[in-house]
Amino acid sequence: MQRAIKVTVNGKEYEREVEPRMLLVHFLREELGLTGTHIGCETTVCGACTVMLEGHTVKSCTVLAVQANGKNLETIESVASDGDLHPIQEGFWNEHGLQCGFCTPGMIMSVKQLLGDNPNPSRDEIRHAIEGNLCRCTGYQHIVKSVESAAKAMVQE
Amino acid sequence: MATTTTPTTKGFVGKRVRRTEDPRLITGTATYVDDVTRPGMLYAAVLRSPYASARISSISIEKAASLPGVSAVYTGEDVKAVGPVPCAGSMPTLRVPHHKILAQDRVYYVGHPVAAVVAIDRYVAQDAVDQIEVEYEPTECVADPEKALESDAVRVHPEYDDNVAFTFHAEGGDTDAAFAAADVVVSERVTVPRLAPSPMETRGVVAEYDEGTEELLVYSSTQIPHLLKTQLAVQLSLPENHVRVIAPEVGGGFGSKCNVWAEEALTCFAAMDLKQPIKWIENRRESINVVAHGRGHVDHLEMAASKDGTITALRFKILQDIGGHHQLLTPIIPTLAVIMIPGLYKIKNFTADLTGVFTNLPPTDLYRGAGRPEATYVLERVVDKLADKLEMDPAELRLKNFPAADEFPFETATGLSYDSGDYAKAFNIALENVGYDSFLKKQEKARSKGRLLGLGISTYGEVCAFGPSPALPAGGWESATVRVEATGKVTVMSGASPHGQGGETAYSQLAADALGVPMEDVVVIHGDTGKVHWGVGTFGSRGTAIGGTAVHLALEDIVAKGKKYAAHILNASLDSIQFNQGIFSSNEVEEKLTFQELALEAAVAQKLPPDTEPGLSATRFFEPPNFAFPFGAHICTVEVDGDTGQVEILRYIAVDDIGNVINPMLVDGQLHGGVAQGLGPAFLEEVVFSEDGQLLTGTFMDYAIPKAKDMPWIESERTVTPSPVNPLGAKGVGEAGTIGSLPAFVNAVVDALSHMGVEHIDIPMTPQKVWNLINERSQS
Repeated sequence: MQRAIKVTVNGKEYEREVEPRMLLVHFLREELGLTGTHIGCETTVCGACTVMLEGHTVKSCTVLAVQANGKNLETIESVASDGDLHPIQEGFWNEHGLQCGFCTPGMIMSVKQLLGDNPNPSRDEIRHAIEGNLCRCTGYQHIVKSVESAAKAMVQE
Repeated sequence: MATTTTPTTKGFVGKRVRRTEDPRLITGTATYVDDVTRPGMLYAAVLRSPYASARISSISIEKAASLPGVSAVYTGEDVKAVGPVPCAGSMPTLRVPHHKILAQDRVYYVGHPVAAVVAIDRYVAQDAVDQIEVEYEPTECVADPEKALESDAVRVHPEYDDNVAFTFHAEGGDTDAAFAAADVVVSERVTVPRLAPSPMETRGVVAEYDEGTEELLVYSSTQIPHLLKTQLAVQLSLPENHVRVIAPEVGGGFGSKCNVWAEEALTCFAAMDLKQPIKWIENRRESINVVAHGRGHVDHLEMAASKDGTITALRFKILQDIGGHHQLLTPIIPTLAVIMIPGLYKIKNFTADLTGVFTNLPPTDLYRGAGRPEATYVLERVVDKLADKLEMDPAELRLKNFPAADEFPFETATGLSYDSGDYAKAFNIALENVGYDSFLKKQEKARSKGRLLGLGISTYGEVCAFGPSPALPAGGWESATVRVEATGKVTVMSGASPHGQGGETAYSQLAADALGVPMEDVVVIHGDTGKVHWGVGTFGSRGTAIGGTAVHLALEDIVAKGKKYAAHILNASLDSIQFNQGIFSSNEVEEKLTFQELALEAAVAQKLPPDTEPGLSATRFFEPPNFAFPFGAHICTVEVDGDTGQVEILRYIAVDDIGNVINPMLVDGQLHGGVAQGLGPAFLEEVVFSEDGQLLTGTFMDYAIPKAKDMPWIESERTVTPSPVNPLGAKGVGEAGTIGSLPAFVNAVVDALSHMGVEHIDIPMTPQKVWNLINERSQS
């Protein structure tokens, strides 16, 4: 039994028929081809699937596609604009805030939320903000530095 | 001909160059296995055993097969022609039970693959898995390696008369005599629980069979595409030149993807059977359950010493939990603990006895550090115990037993030749950085006020950068091809298969410096057996020392070939040709040739010397004459909350020596990540099974890997002792942090509680465990 849904993703409207049980992350990845959002645990713990729903981060592995009906979504694919990297992306690149890169899109979405709410976070606040995003590669230190670097660049902008 | 002498580039090697890999990774445009789609692609899912030990009486697939959207259901009977999952171990006593890709008749652990479904999407595939009806007759199981060794233990594999998978003995010197003559003897028994490697990307495979060309194309999230290609050809009885394996973007491995998995052959079999592309993606529960666990040891170490603190002998016993089957390197991994048991110390006598034991648990195999963290952990615990017994400063005791910087190469009792080092130098820097003496005073003062401060030392060494070939079952070399395109762009093809380490950047740095081209002009290709002709892979901290050296040698060949062409074109003698920053020149003529101009000449072949072949490319293999031996000192200070058992890391100091460094920023990242994977098991990580072999930690809620707030700020510094065993002077960095960190934390917590008479606490040191101990001691 399919349900019709209409969503706006990265500024573009999509209308699709989906099964009610389809997870939002599968909808984004497989129906819309937006594979930048990753699946790491399917249980809301790891944060690899973090996207923005109505301007707030959610873990798209525990949201149903039908729950996003009529709503506005942003994914990693929208973070750079016209080929220009976002300062958060620049921060991760400059400070080596990633290794295998699998957690990175979700991490960047959480950092986007953090810096939107708190433009000048302390190291402790940064660590707290990304507690819902697991990284197995970096030990987080370079991620913290990436966020500090991004915050500095964004304040100066 | 060039008229300019302006340098086209600057030196990249040794600089904090940002990574060439990153733009695709930070924009969501990278392609991991689950991002691969092929026309008509179907999805596979695997049914796994709910029992640790059972006979399979019957499997009924009718309900599953009749679900709309289901293309096929496979059981062990259907895939019995597929070859077994390989094990590369070869010790004389080794028992290798036949390891089928799907269980037939019996299951040996919870999670053992029993059947597979292929369906139109992953939801339907999972629905169908739930509809397969299996009748099991559960049998008695053994889920504890020590119990499995008891004489009346139930046998995991009834065809053997006990559960011993293999035994391995090694010795050097005269251990019995040294123990008899010792002034003091100390010992400790430690358990090192099973760990789930947990790369953020789980395993995944896409397989596609082209009926026309009879080529099997396999995308797999693997660290060893070339070895996998060979093994799949063998398992599926295909000519090896009809199999192509691509490791696309790989989301972390940590050793867990340095393996050959049942699900790889299974997905390929189904793709060939159905003649449709098939994707299988593992879920996290499967990953924690069946991806071969690291560690799984019970270790016992006895140490003999003289009164002055000279360590004279070791007796080492390892019990390695194998699980129900071997994977690729399962029996080999604990032998690395045996050869590294003397650590950084001059210990002339040792015996080691290793017993691998089958249990009704999933297989164990390599995980970051692989044998070396276990050895370092028990050794560094016992060194602290010795210091305690001798009432000697643990730092002084360590310094006393190091070989001096001029004693290298240093031959160990275990038969290794440590390549180079200055152990005291790195350790003294660490002691200075932590403010050793002032911390001890602070600790004493705090203790008098009831606060529990501790300092833990770990001085560690490791063996890495594998080969040489006799040490690796599949060859200890690596290959590289450098191809200069007609336009002067440079393509580097490496048989190493980096998966997050930054190999593309490091190799580009080497190429840019050697050829005087901008880094943007270099493309590094890896992880594709169709493009890179030879390879071994990335594991055992070998990407730079072995893979990088192969690239370096191929670059040298390019320059030598280029000089020959340039001499002919410039009409100068070969000896007079200089190549500097991308310009070929000679003091005999005024004309010069840029690298790009030379590349074009090499391709169009109008002016080449008569005795040369056209084109500018070179392929080299590098096999080292010996391993490399990184080392270092990690010091951790902690405060234990006596009311809650919570341990807070106050400072974390690391001084590592990994030889020469190509990119310090990438090296920092490797060390930080390594430390995180050493600290995780210190206070969080443990795969827990019930007595009947049921997995109790199947999600990241129960199997806790470190989060951002769990990790300390790592104060990292390096000494540089180049390795003499490869021309880059690199040793290897991937595993150093994981090996060095665990004992530093454990020794710190034990130190904090030592005045209560605490001598050891098993890992993971959860607050509950620490609090219970404090509580017991305060009451007694």
